[in-house]
Amino acid sequence: MNDFTNQQIQAYKPMTPAELASIVMNKQELYILDVRNEEDYSDWRIEGHGITSANLPYFDLLDGVEPALELLPEQGDVLVVCAKEGSSIFVAERLAESGRSSITYLQGGMKAWSEHLEPVHIGKLQDGGDLYQFVRLGKGCLSYMVLSGGEAAVIDSLRMTVVYKQFAFSRGARITHTIDTHLHADHISGGRALAEETGATYYLPSKDADEVVFAYSPLEHRSELRVGSTDLAIQPIYSPGHTIGSTSLIIDGQYLISGDILFVESIGRPDLAGKSGYWAGHLRTTLYDTYAALPKKLIVLPAHFSKYTELGEGGKVAAKLGDLFESNPGLHFTDEDTFRKAVTEQLPPQPNDYERIRQVNMGKETLTQDEQRDMEIGPNRCAIHDN
Amino acid sequence: MTQPSIRANTILDCQGLACPMPIVRTKKAIESLIPGEVIEVQATDRGSLADIQSWAKKTGHHYLGTVEEGGGGMLKHFIRKAASSEEKQDLSYPHTTTADQLQKLQADAITKLVVLDVREPAEYAFEHIPGAVSIPLGELEHRMNQELDSNTAIHVVCRSGNRSDIACQMLSEAGFSKVHNVISGMSGWTGAVEGIRAKEGGRANHE
Repeated sequence: MNDFTNQQIQAYKPMTPAELASIVMNKQELYILDVRNEEDYSDWRIEGHGITSANLPYFDLLDGVEPALELLPEQGDVLVVCAKEGSSIFVAERLAESGRSSITYLQGGMKAWSEHLEPVHIGKLQDGGDLYQFVRLGKGCLSYMVLSGGEAAVIDSLRMTVVYKQFAFSRGARITHTIDTHLHADHISGGRALAEETGATYYLPSKDADEVVFAYSPLEHRSELRVGSTDLAIQPIYSPGHTIGSTSLIIDGQYLISGDILFVESIGRPDLAGKSGYWAGHLRTTLYDTYAALPKKLIVLPAHFSKYTELGEGGKVAAKLGDLFESNPGLHFTDEDTFRKAVTEQLPPQPNDYERIRQVNMGKETLTQDEQRDMEIGPNRCAIHDN
Repeated sequence: MTQPSIRANTILDCQGLACPMPIVRTKKAIESLIPGEVIEVQATDRGSLADIQSWAKKTGHHYLGTVEEGGGGMLKHFIRKAASSEEKQDLSYPHTTTADQLQKLQADAITKLVVLDVREPAEYAFEHIPGAVSIPLGELEHRMNQELDSNTAIHVVCRSGNRSDIACQMLSEAGFSKVHNVISGMSGWTGAVEGIRAKEGGRANHE
């Protein structure tokens, strides 16, 4: 009890996922003590330019937090993180009791972090339109909203549909289109649900929709979609390879929404439906012929990122197509054989539960919110270099 | 989905509790167990599945396995309290066989070999040598004469070879003449197994 005579009990506070997102995107410094088990930590953790993190499972701290105190920097902010938040509160409380100041815990834990979407303004479109990227830092998913003349199109929507509805509402826009560039395997699509909730039309490439059990509008090559009352066009470009139906979108002649075909630091993997050998050829044609023929000034906006190093200014994930033909290793496999090997051999593990996620996205399986959340835990692993 | 119930020395109810409570409670409950006894931890927090395995590994307790109950999402974790005497490899029963030799003997045998498994029922339930007879060490004295033939060759296994060493001495003293201790026990066994884990497709303790 005498321990407390010269050690003041400190307060500890929650940090919201939004606050953490702002730290990561602005490249601020933060020390993270992750108290999940080692397997979960090595599988998937919070990363960023200014983030330093260490792993010490909460069950190693049941007898006292001394091992953690030895590990932590003497001063500065510390964020304690666990799966849901219970164990991080448990550890944060004890760290605060021991006299360590500036202790916070992540509200809702990795589950909440995995669901947080941070909107980033990408650029202006003609006639006063805007393009936003929604960055899901916790999982590396990127979705988009095109705003124009009071209408909105949402591309590769995630299942957190309320975020898009609120954002569109705050801009005075009505969601009229929801578009999936392909049938996703790493996360549950929100495209159909968002369309149902808002009265929008849901578009999906028909070649990916062989087995879907719901109605949709086919996303057809060169069959333009219009958002708002202006001439703002979304131009679909058939670009198979990650899936057989994968379709890219050129927006307003400025942006190339590349889905899971081309990323900033890698390219898509062709194996998530068990047809890697067959789709590798399509992937090569898409990247080395179709994409190579597109204007180099297009800004590439992918559906995923895998490393925090892909986060650019203000947290946006984007790159000029011309620059990617210079720097992206996936665009430099000179002969067909090397390319085929790179996209079919030594691939990273597949995304968690990817087969069931595909079933859900085809409407064949219905799950509770909790089940959906659990199923999506972990990194997206959609690129060939995600090791 | 009907799983025969697995016998444990004590049951801890952690249903409805979120992490860290299932582990906090398990740690406390296991303190009052006798080394070698088995606790069944009932939890609904799925996070407990990986955590309890990591925790057991670090503390030296022996994680036996987990069964999932029907559709209610209840997990039953089985853990055996570490017994400090088991860490010492101080075997005294002279007639021994290695796990590999036993496997070879089984393959060559014309009649079925008697394998006696003296581990706790929960350990046996998750994984055992096909056809092995289960009599936990604590019950051996009362059951040996009724259930075993003192003239047959008996190969005795446990997890590591220590409990089976004690069992061999007990059997030998009681007049069982052809008893062999399988040194390294189940931890050295690479042959076929039966039990809950085998049914789950050979899922390892630590995935």
